[in-house]
Amino acid sequence: MSETILPPIGMLAELTHRCPLQCAYCSNPVELLKANREMATEDWLSLFDQAADLGVLQIHLSGGEPTLRPDLAILIRRLRDRGIYTNLITAGVGIREGRMEDLVEAGLDHVQISFQGAVAATTQKIGNYRDAHVKKIETAKKVRAAGLPLTINAPIHRHNIDEIPAFIELALELDAERLEIANVQYAGWALLNRNALMPDRAAVERQVHVVREAQERLHGILAIDFVTPDYFAIYPKPCMGGWARDAFMVAPDGTVLPCHAAGTIPGLVFDRFGEKSLAEIWRDSPAFNAFRGTDWMADPCRTCDRKEMDWGGCRCQAMAIAGNAAATDPACIKSPLHARMAALIEDATRSSQDGFHYRRI
Amino acid sequence: MMTPQRQRILVSPGAMPRLKPHVRLQYDKVRQAWALLSPEKVFWPDEVSLDILRLCDGTQSVNQILKELSMQYDAPIEEIIADVETFLQDWSDRSLVAL
Repeated sequence: MSETILPPIGMLAELTHRCPLQCAYCSNPVELLKANREMATEDWLSLFDQAADLGVLQIHLSGGEPTLRPDLAILIRRLRDRGIYTNLITAGVGIREGRMEDLVEAGLDHVQISFQGAVAATTQKIGNYRDAHVKKIETAKKVRAAGLPLTINAPIHRHNIDEIPAFIELALELDAERLEIANVQYAGWALLNRNALMPDRAAVERQVHVVREAQERLHGILAIDFVTPDYFAIYPKPCMGGWARDAFMVAPDGTVLPCHAAGTIPGLVFDRFGEKSLAEIWRDSPAFNAFRGTDWMADPCRTCDRKEMDWGGCRCQAMAIAGNAAATDPACIKSPLHARMAALIEDATRSSQDGFHYRRI
Repeated sequence: MMTPQRQRILVSPGAMPRLKPHVRLQYDKVRQAWALLSPEKVFWPDEVSLDILRLCDGTQSVNQILKELSMQYDAPIEEIIADVETFLQDWSDRSLVAL
């Protein structure tokens, strides 16, 4: 391995796959883990200690719904003691009175709340959860009342793409610092539901216009992060900032993965925390080293001057669309398979599928 | 409940800059460098940025910070004012520094 392995900066901890919402675009794997497969408190604490020693500075506490873990405050307290910045990624529903305050007291730094729609009917339909919208607003208010910075995450697809002006207004109303307009990545449940979620080209063009205008108008007021839709792209995204480059994720059972969807790549073997130390996994795991750096690349990536900007794009998307995880991400215009993206958009927008396979364990 | 911010805050000589709550400047022993931790992002400020950020403690005005930096760098205020104000405005716009 000729690549220099730097210490990781960020870690996504999927504490549980359990979630009150059933979003059809969920990035969790289609094979969800039940509660009895989740790591115990002591194992998470030990993992966090090793992460701190290894150089991790930020941990995103996610799921599923992380607040379903009764030990969440204990986990946050340890992270705070180790100087790690904590980001709670929550659906914002089903959080009992006083809980958010307990988490803040434990040392929580920042909260990100997802909104499935900018209006109540959409939020309820997409998450398949009654009164979700009003509950999320209550949670957002608690976060701001406790003085924590708030990010609103808006996962975008066919059913809410025209609500973007309302999402922006909602984020302003809730005094959020950041709004993520995050077009759905078609992996996990979203891939299963692609035909029911994919927006059409005209809607994407409207969206780009609305977001760019708002970014300019709200400069210094609200940061709008725009995660653009891959299928309509010219160049791919630097997925995870590059495979096993400065971030990784941990599944509820302690499996350590380079990204959410890495389990969809056949032939990769993943290590579990406890069987090996985090440092060993980060450095030596064959799955982490499979696409680390640029040595694994073939043309057109190998000779491309963007290869250290986008790191070849997303390996899981290459797997899903090109059938080869080592291929150039077909989102890239230089990919020989780039035309498949347009064909898949066509298929999806012509498809009559509008019902969802809701996420269920 | 705080009042939602609807206007961009502009740097002024009397403003008292401070790091926003939940923005942390801390020394990272693993990389032997100062890291600025903020929601979802980590920054690695250079020496000059660090000197400015350390003065953003909410007790000194922009004017006082300029005087202090002018002494530290042995440079007239007129020479540094544009850079310092641009820096503070940029960091305010990114929700890292409160003015």
